[in-house]
Order: sequence, then C-alpha cells, then structure tokens
Amino acid sequence: MSVQGRRQSNKRPAARFAPGEAVRIATRPVLGHCRTPWYLRGKMGTIAQVHGTFRDPERLAYHRPGLPAQVLYKVRFKQSEVWDRYPGPAGDHLEADIYEHWLEPLT
Amino acid sequence: MSHPERKNMPRQGAGGRAAHDVGGLAFGAIDRSEHDLALWEKRTDAMLILLVGAKKRAFTVDGLRRVIESYGEQEYDRTTYYEKWIRAVRNLIVEQEIVSREEIEARMTQARARHEQAGRKAAKARIP
Repeated sequence: MSVQGRRQSNKRPAARFAPGEAVRIATRPVLGHCRTPWYLRGKMGTIAQVHGTFRDPERLAYHRPGLPAQVLYKVRFKQSEVWDRYPGPAGDHLEADIYEHWLEPLT
Repeated sequence: MSHPERKNMPRQGAGGRAAHDVGGLAFGAIDRSEHDLALWEKRTDAMLILLVGAKKRAFTVDGLRRVIESYGEQEYDRTTYYEKWIRAVRNLIVEQEIVSREEIEARMTQARARHEQAGRKAAKARIP
C-alpha cells in the first residue's frame, strides 16, 4: 500500500528523537488500525532518519483528521535483536518506518 | 487466467496479533507468480482511487486498511487482494452513508438475476 493521499501536515511538531538515538518499540495492545508490525514490539533499535511529519494513520482510519500529526522515523534494528536464532551474518539489520507515538526512549 | 491459490494458515504462537500482521510467522514460500487482473479487479482499483481522491474524500487508505485488518483469520486467508479491497470499500461506503446496505443488496439481486438469465453461474452466497 502506498502512502498516496497522506498529506504532510502544516503543523510540524519538533522531532523527539534524533538520528543515532536508541529507542524501544512500545508493547501496548493495538486498538484498531496500526502501522507498527507485531514482530517489532518491544524490540530495541536506533533512529536512522527523521522522515517528517504526517497525519496519524490510526486516526485517519476512523474518518478523523489524523491530528495531532506524528513524526515518522526510519528505525534500524539488528536482525539478531528482532529474530531469535537469526542465522544470517551478525551485521545484518532491518529498517522500518515507525511513528513517534510507538517509540520509547532507551536511556 | 490463473488465480492465486489461497491457503488457511493458523497463526500458531501469534499472541494477540491481528490476522494480517504475520511478519515472522512460518508461512512457507511466497507465491511470486503474476496473474492477469480481471476486469472487476481493475474496476475495484479505480473505484478506490476515486473514493479516496481529493474530489470525493469518502475515506482514506488507512480506513481501508483498518477494515481489512479487522477480518478474522479465515476470511483474511481465503480472500484475494482485490476481494479484500472490494469488501472493505463496500463496508466503508455503507459506514459513511454514501450507499445503504439495502441499495447494495438490491443491486446484487438484480445482477444475480441478470447472470442467471444469461445462463451464467452466479454466486448465491452474500458477501459477509
């Protein structure tokens, strides 16, 4: 599914996290639509990139305006952190786009 | 024309995740074979683009995802890509009171009769 139709909001909240910062993905249960995959819940990663600010898909999904807008990040995970007994090389990583309200600081 | 084959896969050890959220579960090899799109699939695609477009804004692709993600395992697994779309579009236009459920049922009855008159096989089951 493309992100077509998801307008960048005019209000641009400051990004809470900066590239290189360590984060953990929240483990709270999902109520309805959510773009954070299950297999990343509770996993630790680092911010790779700040994508920008977008209307919140969890609210857009219910015919709401999608506000407050959320900062979207590219988060990088070690494959060995994501999967038990990951068989590939130790340096392998995985990147996923995660909205700020799913990120917890790791310090 | 070939059709993607559906298989029902129980989500063992899936915890409380939704039926669509299967990343990391053992589902076997991915079927990467392409198939030609049927006319109704192209129409479904066009309908969705028009409904979410700036002119109509009937709902968002996030709304479409929400409806599809609410399917149970069995319904999720036995429906194809565009079957998921058309069911969700149906639900959303009813939800947004663009078309009523009764209007859809009436048109379905008409279409079914038309197909039967023409000697074509028409599905009896209502869309869940």
